[in-house]
Amino acid sequence: MSTPALEVRNLTYSYPDGRQALAGVDFHIHPGERVALLGANGAGKTTLVLHLNGILRPSGGTVRVAGLDVTDDHLKEIRRRVGLIFQDPDDQLFMPTVRRDVAFGPANFGVQGADLDRRVAGALEAVGMEDAIDRAPHHLSLGERRRVAVATVLAMSPEILVLDEPSSNLDPAGRRELSAMLTTLDITMMLVTHDLAYARELCGRVLIMSRGTIVADGPAEQILGDERLLAENRL
Amino acid sequence: MLHDLPAQVKIVALVLFVGAVVATPREAFWAFGVHAALLVGAIVIAKVPPGFVARRLVIEVPFLLFAFLMPFLGVGERTTVLGLSLSVAGLWGAWTIIIKGTLGLGASVLMAATTEVTDILEGFERLRLPKLVTAIAGFMVRYLDVVVGELRRMRVAMTARGYDPTWIGQAGPIASSAGSLFVRSYERGERVHRAMLARGFDGTMPSFEQVHVTPKAWMTGTAIPIMSWLVAIVAWVIR
Repeated sequence: MSTPALEVRNLTYSYPDGRQALAGVDFHIHPGERVALLGANGAGKTTLVLHLNGILRPSGGTVRVAGLDVTDDHLKEIRRRVGLIFQDPDDQLFMPTVRRDVAFGPANFGVQGADLDRRVAGALEAVGMEDAIDRAPHHLSLGERRRVAVATVLAMSPEILVLDEPSSNLDPAGRRELSAMLTTLDITMMLVTHDLAYARELCGRVLIMSRGTIVADGPAEQILGDERLLAENRL
Repeated sequence: MLHDLPAQVKIVALVLFVGAVVATPREAFWAFGVHAALLVGAIVIAKVPPGFVARRLVIEVPFLLFAFLMPFLGVGERTTVLGLSLSVAGLWGAWTIIIKGTLGLGASVLMAATTEVTDILEGFERLRLPKLVTAIAGFMVRYLDVVVGELRRMRVAMTARGYDPTWIGQAGPIASSAGSLFVRSYERGERVHRAMLARGFDGTMPSFEQVHVTPKAWMTGTAIPIMSWLVAIVAWVIR
């Protein structure tokens, strides 16, 4: 079998105040898979996400991205490979213009000049936001900001895209536009959500997280069809 | 025409123009007339509506009020104008504040009317202002709307639960909302920092493309301030 795009082994993490957020997480994702990570509020989803490119460091266990351990030596490479898209696009989009924001990632990895312009244009085109290139993020609608947020990460040519609650607060049209756009992307994807319909629509495989561990892992149809399992996990 | 000039040219032009106005001797009334004519000319060329400039100049009013008081409050030699005893030094002081302040502000308004905030920031960056400084200014521009939006939502939530800001006894909620706004902004700062780290930020802001400014753009942009400097120099020579 191929090297997993993402491999998490026995990952544990406690916050400085002693509260344990992750209590032994195990899973792996293969290249090209689209996986939903479901879980109630406080299940540890966002904490797990922050481990995937080394923003938080494990108390125990390992995270590997395409065979590379998440350690200081590989941090920059890991961050290029794993594109995190945060829940609130106002956190993700921090530069004064869309162009600058999309360029921020690749520029940090040394891309410059015409190459950088091409990356920015390509990423915005992929999310259908090329007309917004010179606009300020705060002048865009929430749905548009979400799409630009995806572009900021695509511009780094990541190998895996991790989206934290991408559908939250979007109106139905915004949700549809976002899911239509995400299905066009040919990339390994992990969707963190408690929006079951979204998981069913976009992902072939589902993980359920509860109290800091993975409690179910299987095909989307099977897991999303198991009413009792979902109810037990507040989904 | 002015709209298309690179921001750094406009910043330099503004600083040069204000410098020329400040350097002009106060007795050279004609020179200020020429400065004003140049500024009005630039406003006309830029097609900025006069009403827009006039409204923006209102910010100057408090300073003008102060300037109007100076002839009355000034000490030293006095003169009589329309039956009022006025201080000569105060009159000169008031004249200087009014004319230099108005010309400087008018030029700033012209720049603000023809340049996007984001372009001004990029202009400062290209003028080699430290990237940290322009980044902080950029965050301020970016997050002003977000923070104001949060404040508005907090006010609505307070009003919905019977908060009445006209009653003095309700000052407490205002103070505590300022506190929670600070905490929220601080938390946002942390989340933004995480988002920056996630995209490879390592403590220094990345360099972006440098727009090459043609000599022609520099000449077009600085023509008026250079004329102002000539006027200021002539005013000193013939004084």
